[in-house]
Amino acid sequence: MKILSYFFIGIVFGVGLILSGMTLPLKVLGFLDIFGNWDPTLAFVMGAAVITTTAGYQLILRRSSPILENSFSLPTVRAIDTKLLLGACMFGMGWGLVGFCPGPVLTAVSSLTAGTITFVCAMFAGFWVVGLAK
Amino acid sequence: MDILQYSDAILGGATIGLAATLLLLLNGRVLGISGIAANIISGQSYSRKYSISFVCGLFLAGWTAFRLIPGALADSPVTDLKILALAGLLVGIGTRLGNGCTSGHGVCGLSRFSKRSLFATIAFMASAIATVYLTQHIWELGQL
Repeated sequence: MKILSYFFIGIVFGVGLILSGMTLPLKVLGFLDIFGNWDPTLAFVMGAAVITTTAGYQLILRRSSPILENSFSLPTVRAIDTKLLLGACMFGMGWGLVGFCPGPVLTAVSSLTAGTITFVCAMFAGFWVVGLAK
Repeated sequence: MDILQYSDAILGGATIGLAATLLLLLNGRVLGISGIAANIISGQSYSRKYSISFVCGLFLAGWTAFRLIPGALADSPVTDLKILALAGLLVGIGTRLGNGCTSGHGVCGLSRFSKRSLFATIAFMASAIATVYLTQHIWELGQL
């Protein structure tokens, strides 16, 4: 049941990314190009996603536990440190270079093109490298 | 401004929010893709099979759209595989050091009013905007 729930939510999330245009790197780069020919569309994606999630979270967190697990597993780290900001800046550089972030590229890699496969392999290599260091 | 022009964006964003809401409701977790994907290799956060299952769902959504709807997916305008590899590596390392990406910090973190996620989101947005500015308008690599 839990496995199915993750699979189903993955599909819903993928549909959301496709509907919103996040799987089109050119559109993503147009959104990031605020000093050029700025395309504000993806700001509406972010806005709608945050509003929906905020509303959903408020309702759910009144519960004592989620449906399929005994307790909530929410992030507990609160530090705003160099590691957080350096990591976020590195992520932003990669995102801004080609227009892919993790969710959209894992959706777009289903087209099995050399570009998306290369990006995904390198991304997993990055996960692995940091995992080694920990 | 014509709001209908943005209806797909709003519907898509709401669907992303629905997915995030469902994951908290059913499994009690925030929806962070970089964390889910990295857990496939580390298996540190929870059982690998859940992360694999989620990514298979993403892949299936993409694959189905790719078959049925022309133009639903696209490659990056950057076609140089060396740059794609560099970008992938930066995204992989950066999201692990910063513990999150667009979904985890940008959507779920902001929705939990997390100050840490707010700072991360500002940092990666600023960095991405600066990168696009440099590559497009200063160095004029010209993919756009």
